[in-house]
Amino acid sequence: MSATLTPRVTGIDPRGPRVGAALTAVLLVGVLLLGDSRLATALLALVAASFARGASGGVGATWQAWLFERLVRPRLAPPTALEDPRPPRFAQLVGLVITALGLVLGLLGVTWAVPGAAAVALVAAFLNAVFGLCLGCELYLLGLRVRTRRA
Amino acid sequence: MRGAVLVLVVLALATALGLAWRGRNGRFRPTDAARPGATAVEAQPVTGPARDVLTADDLGVALGGRATFVQLSSEVCAACRATSTVLAGVAADEPGVVHVELDVAEHLELVRRFGVMRTPTTLVVGHDGALVGRMSGATDRRQALAALASCGTPAPCPGVPAV
Repeated sequence: MSATLTPRVTGIDPRGPRVGAALTAVLLVGVLLLGDSRLATALLALVAASFARGASGGVGATWQAWLFERLVRPRLAPPTALEDPRPPRFAQLVGLVITALGLVLGLLGVTWAVPGAAAVALVAAFLNAVFGLCLGCELYLLGLRVRTRRA
Repeated sequence: MRGAVLVLVVLALATALGLAWRGRNGRFRPTDAARPGATAVEAQPVTGPARDVLTADDLGVALGGRATFVQLSSEVCAACRATSTVLAGVAADEPGVVHVELDVAEHLELVRRFGVMRTPTTLVVGHDGALVGRMSGATDRRQALAALASCGTPAPCPGVPAV
């Protein structure tokens, strides 16, 4: 006997967000290599804008997903299973919070803010691309526990 | 140059984190009380409320005659759906095994009581409602069957003796 709650929502190809994370990771490596320069800040702003698009419209709305659909997916076999689109969208929101925070602090003159945020976001993007680990999703329950502590 | 070193350090750290995460996923971890060698008297005081025991009221479904998989899932959980399919399959194939999936947002008291930190976490509960162990992260069929094996067949799972 089994009582499940996961709704059978239409899924997305799970390889899409992972390819997208790999592209994001490359940009974040670029931010770290550029060091303390205006170009590094501009590149981090581009990454933050991509996360904002993914958080508002879902991970399928990003330019990374567009590239995956046009260039990568036609060369792959059909996916064996589809994935719920909500976890990767939540991951985009977590990425947006990290990179936007680094960007704002960086523009306010905190020197380590841009590379610091890029390093944290790179860990998350790398884990997502290589291991399929959604760091934001792993932390979701801890966040929920903290938010509801006094409820 | 400093940037390149930073990139290498960050990627090495992420690789170590990823390997540790992957090794831990789905592995059955028995509770102290259910580990071989521990006696029920040592493990659980006879007096006081039994906080490691789940009832049908807690879960909303009757407990399995052999074991119950209580899967705690969330909306933002990449591995919950696959784990749910695996555990439902095991419950269908193994007599006396029940699988129930609960949303953490609606069962925060269970989350706190059992110290659940991530989703999916599956509490493995014996025939008497006593917690036997848990599996967290993506769980495959082999791992679920290994958890059941620690319950013994056809003997019921070890745990707190019924009072």
